[in-house]
Amino acid sequence: VAWWTDTFPVLSADIISTVEFNHSGDLLATGDKGGRVVIFQREQENKSRPHSRGEYNVYSTFQSHEPEFDYLKSLEIEEKINKIRWLPQQNAAHFLLSTNDKTIKLWKISERDKRAEGYNLKDEDGRLRDPFRITALRVPILKPMDLMVEASPRRIFANAHTYHINSISVNSDHETYLSADDLRINLWHLEITDRSFNIVDIKPANMEELTEVITAAEFHPHQCNVFVYSSSKGTVRLCDMRSSALCDRHSKFFEEPEDPSSRSFFSEIISSISDVKFSHSGRYMMTRDYLSVKVWDLNMESRPVETHQVHEYLRSKLCSLYENDCIFDKFECCWSGSDSAIMTGSYNNFFRMFDRNARRDVTLEASRENSKPRASLKPRKVCTGGKRKKDEISVDSLDFNKKILHTAWHPAENIIAVAATNNLYIFQDKVN
Amino acid sequence: MLSKGLKRKREEEREKETLAVDAWWLDPSLPAAAQAPPAAASSSLFDLSVLKLHHSLRQGEPDLRHLVLVVNTLRRIQASMAPAPTLPPVPSPPTAPCAADSLLASSDAALSASMASLLEDLSHIEGLSQAPQPLVDEGPPGRPVGGSPPSLGALDLLGPATGCLLDDELEGLFEDIDTSMYDSELWAPASEGLKPGPEDGPGKKEALELDEAELDYLLDVLVGTQALERPPGPGR
Repeated sequence: VAWWTDTFPVLSADIISTVEFNHSGDLLATGDKGGRVVIFQREQENKSRPHSRGEYNVYSTFQSHEPEFDYLKSLEIEEKINKIRWLPQQNAAHFLLSTNDKTIKLWKISERDKRAEGYNLKDEDGRLRDPFRITALRVPILKPMDLMVEASPRRIFANAHTYHINSISVNSDHETYLSADDLRINLWHLEITDRSFNIVDIKPANMEELTEVITAAEFHPHQCNVFVYSSSKGTVRLCDMRSSALCDRHSKFFEEPEDPSSRSFFSEIISSISDVKFSHSGRYMMTRDYLSVKVWDLNMESRPVETHQVHEYLRSKLCSLYENDCIFDKFECCWSGSDSAIMTGSYNNFFRMFDRNARRDVTLEASRENSKPRASLKPRKVCTGGKRKKDEISVDSLDFNKKILHTAWHPAENIIAVAATNNLYIFQDKVN
Repeated sequence: MLSKGLKRKREEEREKETLAVDAWWLDPSLPAAAQAPPAAASSSLFDLSVLKLHHSLRQGEPDLRHLVLVVNTLRRIQASMAPAPTLPPVPSPPTAPCAADSLLASSDAALSASMASLLEDLSHIEGLSQAPQPLVDEGPPGRPVGGSPPSLGALDLLGPATGCLLDDELEGLFEDIDTSMYDSELWAPASEGLKPGPEDGPGKKEALELDEAELDYLLDVLVGTQALERPPGPGR
């Protein structure tokens, strides 16, 4: 598989903070630090422009969240979009949930390609006509117009989170979804905005006993009563909503025992899970901690079935990474459509792909210089010591400001979206 | 000034610093090398963590994950430093080793209690501004939350003591009013660092310049009002 790109990266006005394909893969949504959502649509196959198949072009742009000021706490609430999740499509319109730290919004994106002409009471400019001047009546007719894509907020789910929202996840029942902050997880019905149910609460009675926070949560893709949430201590809890209304007790507890020989002051920080994702099959889940991605079989809680090192060469640099706060970076991870591969980001605009079947991995770079349209990406290598070979890059030369935190994989094809600060790269594999 | 001193120390120690090396990915024929970190490295990590905690708490709304991870790391470092009876003499600005000395000398409970009070202050702020916390279990499953914005009832109590706004003659009328609510811990100088004043506008990045006065304040908060047992040493 060789990865290449159709187009130059899309430059966003602001740092991209989330990337998500919809269920068909025809739409790709990005959210940014400025509260904007940009949706790209895949071009249909067109005989007159054979090369344009697969290109993603801007479909809709709208301002999802605005900065708010909480007067009680004297704090600004950031408009940065933390997560976007699409609803499964049920009619011509598309729906997505977008969230910042405090408020979740349901947006409807619909197309308008016709407009009515020939009104009786107003003329084409919209000015009202004098009724006494009207001598004949006519039936307005629909005429085609240039496609207009409209985004309108349909629901606003507010005031339910004291802490910062890190995750939202749509249930397989298509009626409910969950939202998780540092200490609590709430269950919502998509139609009801004035209340939600609290299903997980790990806030201790005394805040002085606080030692752990929730870092991510997701519903099972098929079992609508099952969800998981991860913690800053490297644990994942699987909960079944049928067992009790309040899911403070987990059904399963996933944690890999710490390796005593690798224990350091930073052990807990690097074990903190930044993302958890179920496989499409629903049989596995994947967790991302600072240095690795782990694949877990849901039937085995004691340890993961696979561990993939993302950038093990950073283990000896943890002190510096603690100093500059990079050790707290939250990387996401994603599955390929068939679950045969997984992908996650790293520093220096590198991202890593692991082929689970072939047991191979590759490091690629998302950069303008290296991605000319239709040229394959060259695998990259980090030199960890000794003599640096040509084309290798040494650990000390890595740019830690260029981090790839957000990536997404098309649900069916080998098309990936990679967000590098404020550039969005879309790569696909060469069709044989 | 202080941060430069810290940096110097870390660079000196970097070559000697050997945080436990993980060996599981190494060739199994090589012996695992797990060394305890030297005391000076722990001390500089401790100072760095205290700096981070200070910086984090001065944010209007600290990142809870960051805060919890730093506090837990600080506890780990402090736990590993505790058994050492004395610190090796380290040439650096006076306040830093004093902090480490005094914290080493005091019990683990004192530090925990101080951190506890910091986190408790956080929850006070949460509690005051988020009045309608749903704590009652109602009939329907789960706990219904949200919906209505926080009430302003709690805010009425947060006004500063009114004396400064009144004429002198009117002040006498209010002398016998119990103002202990306004004199609560939350409004003591130590807590001002937790709630940003008007000068700490949202989104403003503050330079991490710790001068002696700020570090003293931080020490006061961390150590509390407990008298510390300071081991008699040269020059004290």
